[in-house]
Amino acid sequence: MASLRHERRIAADADTVWNVVRRPESIPQWFPGIVSCTVEGNLRVITTAAGLEIPEEILSNDDVTRHFAYRITAPQYSFHLGVIDVIEIAANDSLCVYTTTALPDTLALLIAGGTMGALAEIQRLAEVSRAAS
Amino acid sequence: MSRKILFITTDQQRYDTLGANGGILSRTPVLDRLASEGIRYERAQPTSVVCMPSRSSMLTGQFPSTHGAWMNGVPLAIDAPSVAETLHDAGYATALIGKAHFEPFMDPFGLYAENALANLGIPTIEQDWFDGRRGVHRGFDYLEFATHGVMGALHYAKWIRDEHPDAMRGFYQVVDADFNVNAAGGGDTHAPQVKYNPVPREWYHTDWVADRTIRWLEEQEADRDWFCWMSFPDPHHPWDPPKSEIGRVPWRDVPLPQNYPQSANERESLLDQKARHWRAWYDGRFVSNYEAPAKWVPASMTADQVREVNALNAVEVELIDEAIGRVLASIDRKGWGDDVDVIFTSDHGELQGDFGLLFKGPYHVDGLMRLPLIWRPARSSEPAPSVVHAPVSLVSLAATFLEIAGEPAPTWVEGAALPIDDDDAKRRSFEATFTEWDSSIFGVDVHVRTVVTDDYLYTEYQPGSVHDGSEGELYVLGEDPLQRVNRFDDPAMAAVRSTLADRLVAHVRRPGERATPGVLMAPV
Repeated sequence: MASLRHERRIAADADTVWNVVRRPESIPQWFPGIVSCTVEGNLRVITTAAGLEIPEEILSNDDVTRHFAYRITAPQYSFHLGVIDVIEIAANDSLCVYTTTALPDTLALLIAGGTMGALAEIQRLAEVSRAAS
Repeated sequence: MSRKILFITTDQQRYDTLGANGGILSRTPVLDRLASEGIRYERAQPTSVVCMPSRSSMLTGQFPSTHGAWMNGVPLAIDAPSVAETLHDAGYATALIGKAHFEPFMDPFGLYAENALANLGIPTIEQDWFDGRRGVHRGFDYLEFATHGVMGALHYAKWIRDEHPDAMRGFYQVVDADFNVNAAGGGDTHAPQVKYNPVPREWYHTDWVADRTIRWLEEQEADRDWFCWMSFPDPHHPWDPPKSEIGRVPWRDVPLPQNYPQSANERESLLDQKARHWRAWYDGRFVSNYEAPAKWVPASMTADQVREVNALNAVEVELIDEAIGRVLASIDRKGWGDDVDVIFTSDHGELQGDFGLLFKGPYHVDGLMRLPLIWRPARSSEPAPSVVHAPVSLVSLAATFLEIAGEPAPTWVEGAALPIDDDDAKRRSFEATFTEWDSSIFGVDVHVRTVVTDDYLYTEYQPGSVHDGSEGELYVLGEDPLQRVNRFDDPAMAAVRSTLADRLVAHVRRPGERATPGVLMAPV
């Protein structure tokens, strides 16, 4: 089992950052390489630019604690847990943490590699949103 | 019209696999002839002993600590400097055919152009360049990619999948069900990463790379200068050459490598002289990176397995030599025979039984660090054949290409053009080469720096999760060419060690701007 964490300090309110990620269907807008998705209830299927369709189950989407958790249910994964936390530091100052835990280890690394680009895009969108407001 | 450049690389090929370098297993008449007509380098060293950092150094002319692709799985920045961009600006047609690997193979989100071009069906794509302009991908007009098998999104895999789908199952499955490097054995000896592959020779990637290169060359205008990087994925594992060819080198007749200690006691005694991770890997207690099967224990390797791996490796080397011969013949047919510089090398070596080990990792000894390097200058330049004994580095390749093209070396190039003989090497102070290793994956953190001079190979292990900064290796190359006696802690070598340590410090402190180190995105 491998668990990898990436994080990004963002110059925007925590609510603004959370608004970028809280809607499950918004993931193609902020996760580079995810080109589309479908959402039905707590089930989401993402399609990547490489042509992979990856099914996921959304485990938690908590507006109060700004906490989003999901797991990939594709059979290649013995285990997967993805967690996004948005933490308020101060006004216009937040920390976004994206944690990937998976077995096999290699798959954790591959997903976590993508989450770094996602964090960069979350930051960009949140800071643009803040500037526009 | 200037001189055209055919840059030929292989992957994971040792110095001693060529006849010109004293190799006895493979017949390599084409490369031997190039060596006899041109310059053969006796001690050519990589900047890194794994693919992505080393190949990035060839392209950028920079050490990994400068270009930022410090480990396999860390992509070279898309706007990193590229000698192909400079040659493109100079009017050269530019192609890279075969294995590139500046970007990770494992790419589930489709982030990298190397993995997209085959499906896009276009020869290149526009990207950001180092100098702020946009231009063809890393300076190449034409790109067609292959790697060690038939999985993934590269051109060769797509070609096999589309044209010869039944052939796919004949190849070794490089990755296992857990997405680790596969430890499964095959062949007669059950050696790891070995398989007898029923694929017809003409469908194997070695001939495919040569065929595609010939096709690209035939499309070039007669008076156009070109730079063609022809990059064979072999003889890197898996060792699964076409079964029809394996009778060339019967494994039962293969002598054990000179540096294969035949008794377990001798192997363990030699390994125990080195830094602690050598023995830990041998015993199956340490995996630092994705370069060897995590579930394979080197101590379990038999002498027959070493023989079979060496035999199949030799077959692959012969197929490469013959493929190069076909490409050179096509160049002659185009009337370019006197106008082409040919440079041949490999990105790093292979332990291939040395010290009872296989594959590669943070083990800076000749098996991984002494490479074949041949430069046959264009015959029109009337080259004087020579052998260069001074240590040279692959970081010099970019400057060498530019010198051939008559272009000044940009400020970002860290290596000077290769010397043409020992006098030239002495005049231009080719005294030492530097090889870097950095890896950090799943909590295992290893950092190694090595300097090689005419007389010594000196390695320092920096603090990490395995080493505490106190360990190192020092080999006296003249009296210990197999690097079996570690003199690091020998008081008689204190002055030598101090001098070599100073060289490493100077390397770290060398002037120049460093790229921000890249981020690990995939295991490979």
